[in-house]
Amino acid sequence: MKSAALALLLAAVAALPSGSAAAPTGDPTHGEEIYARCVACHSLAYDRTGPRHCGLFGRRAGSVPGFGYSPAMARAAIVWNEKTLERFLASPATVVPGTTMGYAGIADPQERADLIAWLRLASRSAERCTP
Amino acid sequence: MINQVNPFAALETLSRRRFLAGSGATLSAAAIALLARRPALAAGTPGSADDPQADTRILNTALGAELEAIAAYAVGAGSGLLQKPVLDLALQFQGHHKAHAEVLAQTVRKLGGTPVEARAHYPFPTETLKNQNDVLAFAAGLERGAVSAYLGAVPLFHERELAGAAASILGDEAMHWAVLRQALGQDPVPAAFMS
Repeated sequence: MKSAALALLLAAVAALPSGSAAAPTGDPTHGEEIYARCVACHSLAYDRTGPRHCGLFGRRAGSVPGFGYSPAMARAAIVWNEKTLERFLASPATVVPGTTMGYAGIADPQERADLIAWLRLASRSAERCTP
Repeated sequence: MINQVNPFAALETLSRRRFLAGSGATLSAAAIALLARRPALAAGTPGSADDPQADTRILNTALGAELEAIAAYAVGAGSGLLQKPVLDLALQFQGHHKAHAEVLAQTVRKLGGTPVEARAHYPFPTETLKNQNDVLAFAAGLERGAVSAYLGAVPLFHERELAGAAASILGDEAMHWAVLRQALGQDPVPAAFMS
């Protein structure tokens, strides 16, 4: 009986997704299409309802000068990079409870990877980031 | 004939429920949710049942975007680039955004919050607007983003009435987007689903 239970447990563990699975490779072209979802509140070069995205990578969360962040985002101990954006974009309100970003998140890991790949390029573009 | 409706009218009862819930200080948020037969709230929506201000924050973010849309349409209408039939359309859509903003601000107040106010200045990329199609494309981009913003907000509301009301605005934004795409000569409804 015990061995049957152990076998069931091992089978269940084997069926779990691996924590070390490689993140999907992002396609920045598709990422630009996904960014269209963000433009009610965000732009690259300007602060709007949400803060600008130019200079995003390597920036501490809640640190764009003059932008009115929620207290939650202002005190979030996050530096934006591929890994932190991947987590945040999956469910902003889970990662930063109290954020004013009232958006459920992007459920598809591939879509998140694509968006992050595009943001990585666009947020460093001199052409796009000159107001 | 399309009847004018207030999608937030159901909040009259919501306010009373919240008042009653607030007077029951010994009840936990989860218990209140269960009593109100709201299993999603009881289970903990991100951002969540222990955060009574969450709905107000979402509404205020939507209000901020609506105020910006009103200003954007004012820029478009005042640009001198829109021909008469399109100008009328822009002013009509601006009127819709004003109606959204008004009802969102009322709802924030009803929930005990303070509505955000319009900024003195919005940094629109006016230097890129050279002709009517540029203005239409700019507006279409904002409307498309608004559809996604409301779509992303709907699942986060703790109160189902708010989710329904936000979905009502979402439908209007989607119509704006489709009409603007049509005016641009694009497929007005390019996909079966929005994301």
